Amino acid sequence: MCTCLLIDILTMLNINEIRNDFPIFQREVKPGVPLVYLDSTATSQKPLAVIEAMNDFYRRSNANIHRGVHTLAEEATELYEQSRVRIARFINASAAHQIIYTRNTTESINLVAYSWGRAHLKAGDLVILTEMEHHSNLVPWHILQAERGIELEFIPVTDDGLLDLEAYKTLLARSPKLVSFAHMSNVLGTINPAAEIIRLAHAAGAVTVVDAAQSVPHFKVDVQALEADFLAFSAHKMCGPTGIGVLYGKTALLESMPPFLGGGDMIKEVKLRSFRPNSLPYKFEAGTPAIAEAVGFGAAVDYLTSVGMDAIAAHEHEITEYALERLEEVPGVRVFGPSAQHKGGVTAFTLDGVHPHDVAQILDRDGVAVRAGHHCAQPLHEKFGIPASSRASFYLYNTKAEIDLLVNGIYKVKEMFG
Amino acid sequence: MDDLYREVIIEHYKNPGYRGRLDPYDIRFADNNPLCGDHIEITLRTDESGTITDARFDGHGCAISQASADLLVESIIGKSIEEVKHLNKEYILDMLGIDLGPVRLKCALLSLKVLKAGVYGLGEASDSLVE
Ligand SMILES: Cc1ncc(COP(=O)(O)O)c(C=O)c1O
Repeated sequence: MCTCLLIDILTMLNINEIRNDFPIFQREVKPGVPLVYLDSTATSQKPLAVIEAMNDFYRRSNANIHRGVHTLAEEATELYEQSRVRIARFINASAAHQIIYTRNTTESINLVAYSWGRAHLKAGDLVILTEMEHHSNLVPWHILQAERGIELEFIPVTDDGLLDLEAYKTLLARSPKLVSFAHMSNVLGTINPAAEIIRLAHAAGAVTVVDAAQSVPHFKVDVQALEADFLAFSAHKMCGPTGIGVLYGKTALLESMPPFLGGGDMIKEVKLRSFRPNSLPYKFEAGTPAIAEAVGFGAAVDYLTSVGMDAIAAHEHEITEYALERLEEVPGVRVFGPSAQHKGGVTAFTLDGVHPHDVAQILDRDGVAVRAGHHCAQPLHEKFGIPASSRASFYLYNTKAEIDLLVNGIYKVKEMFG
Repeated sequence: MDDLYREVIIEHYKNPGYRGRLDPYDIRFADNNPLCGDHIEITLRTDESGTITDARFDGHGCAISQASADLLVESIIGKSIEEVKHLNKEYILDMLGIDLGPVRLKCALLSLKVLKAGVYGLGEASDSLVE
């Protein structure tokens, strides 16, 4: 691949330098075949700064947090809590105690469903979701539906991959208790108008949950500007480690909620037959958490901040525009989702006559990593009448040269199946 | 040039000889590969002695899953139900003539799983059927 001119002229991101921050790009997938990683929507690669922060933690500071008074326990607690403060700042939360550490986006949404949902939802109450949700924002509500008899309605997706806001307004007339939606679709790439969705929900008296798994990693998200009630995301999709995520919540809501999991750390006091829950955020953090991962998460947020979220978003936009242009020129390729204007760095597509698995498998021979399947959004695929799709997704380290390799690979697939 | 996409696989994928659905049939079973949404339905006709007299598969999925279904269905016509109960993973891999990683193995074995669940009269096609 040409590495001579990888400075993105528009955004002045020095892609060469950025790629050097990620040790994985030094490996070859197979001898002589460099890695073309187009699967960051599933999980992003990790910069050295994150890997080193976690390494250092285990080499120098490892101890369990909170209750200890020895030096290492204090250091570990301090690092764990500093990350929380940095993450709070990253999404402009007004207080660090609004950042609840979870395992991932999925657990964050489940926390809301189990704790807030069980406390506030009863038979017949309406919860509004959308047709473009990841399974992690469907199944927790299905479970509550079976348990409580709540009702679910879905904001429809238009043929060009946008939410039908007029239909949403009609649904709001039925006084929903909750509206939970993806800020950005992991299949269509659609960036939904979160502030407007939330404003309308509030006007109808509903609480809102934002699945920000794909937004927080890719562009500036300000929870106060959005007025989000709850917002969920995962570290591993934003240059951080697996095993840790966040639930952000408004303080009054979090305080009004019963605990989620019970055990150590989430209590103020335990008697044989009773307990008093701890204050925020600890009330929701039972047991020994992912401490090294929290440290890595903090380093990831620092890394993204140092590159600049606006520059990252602009770079991805440029790559996405180019990818759409190149993909659409290939006969038999159908790309799903809206035009680049409403879209983040995700392109899901099908190729006539070839199953997405085969596309992904053949691309892999040239080191091009894309995902194939329903991407945990089966109902959305059904809506578009396809069992599965191939998905190429982009992040700060991807280049136009990599898009060219993707498209060359697709032509090879066509030849083989021709 | 490519082991996985040998001529025979592409050929059976593009021009399957046994795609379709028997009606009436004596045995029918269908299942999905939940990871990728591949879907296979198999219908069989048998005579009194328990010999398979005709078979078809239907569904959608990748070249590996569809080609192995076509090869499998072709190969079982004339076999007895008892024989089919003893078919295993190696039987499919021998027919395909390729080595597969764990993900694609699931694609390759879906049709055998469906077939065995059908002949055993099970409610569900479990992985243990093809181990
Ligand atoms: C929109 C969206 N929501 C939720 C998730 C679930 O994230 P996690 O698996 O980290 O819980 C994903 C991950 O693919 C996603 O893209």
